[in-house]
Amino acid sequence: MSLISIQTPNVTGKKYWRSLNQLANTTEFREWVHHEFPANATEMLDGNSRRTVLKLMAASFGLAGLAACSRPVEHIFPNSAGTEADNYLPGEPFHYATVMSIAGHVTGLLVETHDGRPTKIEGNPDHPHSLGAATAIQQAIVLGMYDPDRSSKVLQGGRESTWPALESAVQKLALGDGAGLRFLSGFVSSPTLDSLRAGVLKKFPKAKWVEYEALARDNELAGANMAFGQPLYAHPKWDKAKVIVALDHDFLNLDAPTPFFTLAFSKRRRVGSDEDLDKMNRLYAVESQFSLTGANADHRLRLKGSEVRQFAIDLAAALGAMPGLNVVNNGGSADKRARFLAALAKDLKAAGPEALVVAGPRQPASVQALAALINEKLGSECVTYTKPVIDKSSSGVAALKALAGEMSAGQVSTLVMLGGNPVYSAPADLQFAVALSKVATSIHLGAEDDETAAAATWHIPEAHVLESWGDEASSEGMAAIQQPMIEPMYGGKTAAEIVSWVTTGKFTKSHDIVKNYWLPQFAASKEQGDKEQIWRKALHDGVVAASKTVEPIKVTVDAKKLASALAAEPQVAAAGIEVGFYPSSSAWDGRYANNGWLQEAPDPISKLVWGNAAMISPKMARDHKLTDGDVVSLTRGNFKMEATVMIQPGHSDDAVSIALGFGRQRCGRVGKGVGSNANLIRTTDGFYFAPGFTLAATGKREDLATTQERGTGDNQEGRPLAREGSVEEYKKNAKFVEEMAEVPEVHSIYSEFVYDKGNQWGMAIDLTSCTGCNACVVACAAENNMPVVGKDQVMRGREMHWIRMDRYYSGDENDPEVIEQPIPCMQCENAPCENVCPVQATSHSPEGLNDMAYNRCVGTRYCANNCPFKVRHFNFLNFHKHEPEIVGLVYNPDVSVRMRGVMEKCTYCVQRIEETKIKAKQDGRREIRDGEIKTACQQTCPAEAIVFGNINDPNSRVSKLKKQERNYAMLAELGIKPRTTYLAKLRNPNPELTA
Amino acid sequence: MSAVLQDPQLMEVNPPLVRSEDYHDLTEQISGIVEGDVIKTPTKYWITLAVTASITGLLGAMLAYLLSTGIGVWGNNRPIGWAWDITNFVFWIGIGHAGTLISAILFLFRQKWRTSINRSAEAMTLFAVMCAGIFPLFHTGRPWRAYWLFPIPNTDLNLWQNFRSPLIWDVFAVSTYFTVSLLFWFTGLVPDLATLRDRTTNKVKQVIFGLLSLGWRGSARHWSHYEKAYLILAAISTPLVLSVHSIVSFDFATSVIPGWHTTIFPPYFVAGAIFSGFACVMTLLLIARWTLNLQNLITMKHLENMNKIILVTGSIVGYSYACEFFIAWYSGDIYERFTFLNRAFGPYWWAAWSMYSCNVFIPQLYWFKRMRTNLWVMFAISITTNIGMWFERFVIIATSLTRDFLPTSWGYFHPTWVDMCTFLGTIGLFLTLFLVFARFLPMIAISEVKGVLAVQKHQFSDEEVMAK
Repeated sequence: MSLISIQTPNVTGKKYWRSLNQLANTTEFREWVHHEFPANATEMLDGNSRRTVLKLMAASFGLAGLAACSRPVEHIFPNSAGTEADNYLPGEPFHYATVMSIAGHVTGLLVETHDGRPTKIEGNPDHPHSLGAATAIQQAIVLGMYDPDRSSKVLQGGRESTWPALESAVQKLALGDGAGLRFLSGFVSSPTLDSLRAGVLKKFPKAKWVEYEALARDNELAGANMAFGQPLYAHPKWDKAKVIVALDHDFLNLDAPTPFFTLAFSKRRRVGSDEDLDKMNRLYAVESQFSLTGANADHRLRLKGSEVRQFAIDLAAALGAMPGLNVVNNGGSADKRARFLAALAKDLKAAGPEALVVAGPRQPASVQALAALINEKLGSECVTYTKPVIDKSSSGVAALKALAGEMSAGQVSTLVMLGGNPVYSAPADLQFAVALSKVATSIHLGAEDDETAAAATWHIPEAHVLESWGDEASSEGMAAIQQPMIEPMYGGKTAAEIVSWVTTGKFTKSHDIVKNYWLPQFAASKEQGDKEQIWRKALHDGVVAASKTVEPIKVTVDAKKLASALAAEPQVAAAGIEVGFYPSSSAWDGRYANNGWLQEAPDPISKLVWGNAAMISPKMARDHKLTDGDVVSLTRGNFKMEATVMIQPGHSDDAVSIALGFGRQRCGRVGKGVGSNANLIRTTDGFYFAPGFTLAATGKREDLATTQERGTGDNQEGRPLAREGSVEEYKKNAKFVEEMAEVPEVHSIYSEFVYDKGNQWGMAIDLTSCTGCNACVVACAAENNMPVVGKDQVMRGREMHWIRMDRYYSGDENDPEVIEQPIPCMQCENAPCENVCPVQATSHSPEGLNDMAYNRCVGTRYCANNCPFKVRHFNFLNFHKHEPEIVGLVYNPDVSVRMRGVMEKCTYCVQRIEETKIKAKQDGRREIRDGEIKTACQQTCPAEAIVFGNINDPNSRVSKLKKQERNYAMLAELGIKPRTTYLAKLRNPNPELTA
Repeated sequence: MSAVLQDPQLMEVNPPLVRSEDYHDLTEQISGIVEGDVIKTPTKYWITLAVTASITGLLGAMLAYLLSTGIGVWGNNRPIGWAWDITNFVFWIGIGHAGTLISAILFLFRQKWRTSINRSAEAMTLFAVMCAGIFPLFHTGRPWRAYWLFPIPNTDLNLWQNFRSPLIWDVFAVSTYFTVSLLFWFTGLVPDLATLRDRTTNKVKQVIFGLLSLGWRGSARHWSHYEKAYLILAAISTPLVLSVHSIVSFDFATSVIPGWHTTIFPPYFVAGAIFSGFACVMTLLLIARWTLNLQNLITMKHLENMNKIILVTGSIVGYSYACEFFIAWYSGDIYERFTFLNRAFGPYWWAAWSMYSCNVFIPQLYWFKRMRTNLWVMFAISITTNIGMWFERFVIIATSLTRDFLPTSWGYFHPTWVDMCTFLGTIGLFLTLFLVFARFLPMIAISEVKGVLAVQKHQFSDEEVMAK
């Protein structure tokens, strides 16, 4: 099916003739009429019968198209099998492959579209960074496309303007040799944009292009530079490592806007059989804030962000990687640290080539370099290095600082900002807003009418990822073409279009720019076909097969040089409180603040929604006499912010962590004013963490909205709900999981219904591989038309997530262990909810599903009361009442949108089950293949923790998992027979540290 | 006149149940309240009625708000799907049980002292059931579809109900209860309505009472039918006292939630219902007695007997609490044990302890005769008993839901002003109905009290017999 755009060549975005009269007056039309009806043309166009003719011809104008007119046609290609334009059935979804990048992390996506509009995002199984999985943020992107507050108009000085006005302004730009021309963009990972950039910098030799991200990969490159003398990307092979040390690297969640790391890590974490038990990896985490990586780690050491450097040095010393260095061992709880270090060093040595030390992107170059050094000393085969294909020499905080300096000095006459929101996300000491006001003409291409849009001279609406032609290449060089599924709804432009237009004065469509870049790169061959065929295949697959992956290079660390570099580094003063800045699991750096699904998806550890908090340790709270909800001010010099305190067990002492991306003032209705803006205290000299802050109580209080009750909801109370044990325990007694609860035999006077015919659906959730990232929560919300209820309703306990992530703490509050457990509907065979519904709105299907009939429900809520898992959700109010109509376009047409007063719950994605059954029937077969049906939560899970399938088939994956000894049903002692069972979490602790 | 009534000394020892000169005086006294022009009703009545009617108006407004906006205007949430709504429902139904017990069960046990209070108690039952019935209807998310709970043909979905659901049993139980109570109450009213018909000179009233009294002529035949019908209805109503609240308790007992899932609920709830019902009757009668000067007809004997029943049922309730705690510990079930410890020491400890003090400790004062014959004490305890019983339902329903199996789904319930005004509104409705009843219908069963008076008039004391 091709996408036909009826665009006139000019830029104004006017696409459609507003009336037939208008069409009749265009030259193209007149030419066509003369061509078609040479005899009567004059009469038809100008004579009396013109109106009649136009009326009669009206229908055919719409359908036939005007072949003689030249209109550029852009073709997109679906990924779905057997798709031909004539086979298209309205209502059937199509899948299109595309790709997106968040701050340089590239993931291939597969987007499901209904009737020409995207409704759901999945990972692209053919893209190596996705393999079918997508993160929570990626799942929510589709809602951003239908955001009613999306930028839709050209703005001049923050006020509505027009495209023609912008056009004339751009034409008046005098760029000369580029002395006053500057570009500011995010991380450039697009080969097309990079080549455009090269052209621009060649044409305007004095121009500069700066890349800045609030959460960047610059430290990675700087670290390699320090270690190897050249900037390189590090590629950890998570699936090959047996012992992994994460030095302040939340690679399982916040520091990974791509599912790839979890995917790879879980390969060696998953326990499918007894052999896997010996191969299972061991994870050590050293961090300040309590992250999911720390939660999944077998051992965790809490240190402040600034203390990680010394730890890395000590580890290098303990391993003899740096001659002349001794273990210093201070910071944190000295005794615990020493033991941790010793055991870790021993374990790493034993692992040798299977050891892996990674440093997080928020750690400075020195730590990255030390990690490289240690890996080399251990002979690790789990990390490779590649040279950047796209030049990053003008990237990072220092480059932005230089740019801001030029701007303030009035040296910049034209600044083009491609995406991002630098007024909001630039470090506070740069005073970017002030600097921007000194720029003669600033042009901001942005997705939102945000802080930067208001301050810039011109603001151009940006096309959404799902509306754009483009491309992205991962740091290993794997490229993929980004194709739109829909025309830009508001005439939005892409970065490539703006760059090319501003620098050439001529507007070229993104499609042409991208295609013209790639076609010459393709080599036509017998197997691949001609260039057009290669292009189409690239669009279809979502990866450019011809893209050259960068070969890893062999490098060695110059230990002596590194040692002297380390010694020369100025030491950070340890006085005052250290503040650490983190990505937000919902807003990232603020760009997703207006996304309702993400604001409502709880932070995986704190369960906080609709806001951020200053996270502090329990001890620090006691010392400062603070409790949850107290508003405090954090001050350092001239920089001050106010934030609400939240106590985080396991947080390092005398440190505060705060998520970026909140406190947006110029934002849509969802994100405006939510949380506190941490950029107010973020400076260039303390970009990821900075000491020297003072914390003071303000006396004010602010409500924190969490999906789990604070304190009381955190403890399992000795109940065998989320069961866990160590690998050793499991080896000794595989039945220990089963033995945690006594399940009495059901003595029923009725003969129980035997579910032994046909498909019997069941699910197994592996707590060992589940990291707790919440991708399933957002995927379910996207697939099943979940309403967003808002902060107030969440505080009242009315959030609607059909699958939720339960998080329990255990152990000492200063160093707790965390277990995450996804809870969908258990689809109990003896469901307590079914008996009690007075109108039989919920009943059991012969395939084992607990069905919910929304149109029968009168809403007595007895079923919700009787559910021991509390997985049923009631529509207490009309949660869609104030929803703008456009948001309705994101809804999945296969799932009804529930009205007020009706109960809803997880259905095992019954719409997908039925769709597959119908397809199987149409194909003439009755058997549904294992893995053919994937529930939304299963499909997106990067760790493959959720497995759905037919338990009546002994060979299905889910049946095999359920046969494992560590499989258990929650609350089986109630006799409810849940179909969703869990595989207990096995940790792999180091025996030396558990003694 | 009975020798007993004339002899002060004998009256001390064996006080008469009712004190009235003769039958006519009795009729005059009771009918007098009802008769008389509506316009001439004392202003106090109109003021009180205006207050209760406006509170009833508040109920209407709250229900309209609920209907238009949704259950979200209340404090209910996940996990607490039922809170004030079902608490109020059980509270009002429970209150109603006393009326039926007085009317039916005490009738079968030939307790003559019931005759002064049974009419108002029955009326109270009807009004309480009406107030209760509001909640099952309006607590649903889609009340306009609530007719699906009834086994009537519905053209939209044409499905039967789920007969395994306790909520459907409730539908049958409560509607049966209301129907039977109404019939019983009305049957008993017929002779008195006939009396009013015969006495009134107002044309309008003649027609109304005439229609309502169904052509009663007071013939022996009529009385014979009356007695039989009354007996049959009493016999039908008697099991309802036990079954209706047992069915209501099944709403909780048949679920899996700890704190709900227990077999003790049927007797526990029934005892509690009678307990709270009698307390409510007590409250109403003390007020009526004082304002309408019915001290001779509702005597201390009546009140004392009611207090004895309150003591007994209160003690049964107290025993049930103790039983629950014991079984929770004895069972060894971690969820059960936690629920009861949570009740006494968790975030709702204040509700639980209000419940224990009001229901268990305070009524124990009635062991002392001085306490159970003191009008102020009686009034106070009748109020605290109802408060305590409201808290009992709240503690069972809401607090059990706040903390069940998975700690991650634990929550807290805050009532909203809509919750509170709705409940207040039902109290207004109840009082309004009662006030209207008291003004326009005979509060005391004239014919039945006459029966007691007859026995009194014609009974002789031992001394008298000996003297003869």
